[in-house]
Amino acid sequence: MKRNPLSLVKARPEPSFQVTFDGAPLDVLPGQTVAAALWSAGVTSWRTTRVEGRPRGVFCGIGVCFDCLVTVNGVPNQRACLLPANPGDEITTQRGDGHGAL
Amino acid sequence: MDLQPEACDLAIIGAGITGAACAWYAARAGARVVVLDRGAVAGGTTGAGEGNLLVSDKEPGPELDLALLSTRLWRELAEESWFGASAEYEAKGGLVVASQPDGLAALEAFTETQRRAGVEAESVSASGLAELEPHLSPELAGGVYYPQDAQVQPARAAALLLRDAQRQGATLHTKTTVTALIRGSDGRRVEGVVTDRGTLRAPWVLNAAGTWGGEIARLADVHLPVLPRRGFVLVTEPLPRLIRHKVYAGEYVADVASSSAALQSSAVVEGTAAGPVLIGASRERVGFDRTFSLEVARLLAKQAIELFPALSQVKVMRSYLGFRPYMPDHLPAIGPDPRAPGLLHACGHEGAGIGLAPATGHLLAQVLTGKTPDLDLSPFRPERFEDGANA
Repeated sequence: MKRNPLSLVKARPEPSFQVTFDGAPLDVLPGQTVAAALWSAGVTSWRTTRVEGRPRGVFCGIGVCFDCLVTVNGVPNQRACLLPANPGDEITTQRGDGHGAL
Repeated sequence: MDLQPEACDLAIIGAGITGAACAWYAARAGARVVVLDRGAVAGGTTGAGEGNLLVSDKEPGPELDLALLSTRLWRELAEESWFGASAEYEAKGGLVVASQPDGLAALEAFTETQRRAGVEAESVSASGLAELEPHLSPELAGGVYYPQDAQVQPARAAALLLRDAQRQGATLHTKTTVTALIRGSDGRRVEGVVTDRGTLRAPWVLNAAGTWGGEIARLADVHLPVLPRRGFVLVTEPLPRLIRHKVYAGEYVADVASSSAALQSSAVVEGTAAGPVLIGASRERVGFDRTFSLEVARLLAKQAIELFPALSQVKVMRSYLGFRPYMPDHLPAIGPDPRAPGLLHACGHEGAGIGLAPATGHLLAQVLTGKTPDLDLSPFRPERFEDGANA
């Protein structure tokens, strides 16, 4: 059996639900953060930097570095590593400060 | 590294913006300068400030004269290739606003006294506010624009001044605590410093310890009533260019001048080069209490949103606090202390220390080199509280 965090702790998670990332559906297990959901789906970058437009994803993973900022349900600058995913969440790539409309 | 014996004309206690500016002007005037700090560069009040370089909040008098001199000196520094851009110097101008017609009338009367003292100030109508700051609340009565107000990143400014002072021969010792002063045979004269890393003899010792300047004065057995006046700053998430000037409510001027220990708060709002918006400025005298205050944070946020309704959709990432060096008459102590010959003071600038630092350094360098200072230093004399008249 493939070793992954679920098998290692013999987890028996509740049924998965769906969110979208830039419009594409993703399956998420209950309790996963937005970052965990994106990583599980092979997505490692979901923000571009303000000045140079460089890709960013998880760096510290514990809520300190503010590198993993993402837009969820239209609200920018949320830390993907701390934010639990919820059924139907619309996760979108954040461009720069995410406040283009201001 | 322990202190090595070295020829020193001026030992400066404190590597904040004031110590840094004094080091730079003194080194430029040819003095051999040693700067000592028990912590890091800009580790005290300098690192906890907003970098306000304001003339707008000062009533005519000695502090405004100091601020006007500093404004010119900041502009000179900004021209230096090693300083201006790196220090995030921005001559962005200040905009003081009033929400009610009677507040606007009071602001304009105040502004008129400033104009007579040399402050540039332009009255702005309610519709004119929108042109200067498109996101300002449309419900304000009007305001005054102060083109001389500017902004700098204070920790960077202090570090850059110290680095250039070092290029001119100054020495910097951080993590070096002054524990005593070397006294002359008369028991009064100050002839150097004793630190936890050795001693240093110097004909002049400058107390630039900011909010902790009273402790250094005590080492010389003189009284200098510097008290901490706490202030919080809120830091928002990075935003596009939302706020173009330093914007604050006219009530801020009254808060600055207040001597009450109770909480005063009026929003001072500004964008930064890095993107976050900074929201100050609360004032309260609660000693050196570093406890976060939700009450103050809420009040600052509320007042900022009253000025800029768009901020209600913006998150605050963090807050920080600092302790302004408060003097009972709101004026700094600048100059030699006749009670302890050899000791100079440059501290107690309250919330204006970043702005006033270059003038302070420039004037002290003039004193040290035997020149007549550009400004009369008598309002700032450190012994003025001795007779109790100003205490």
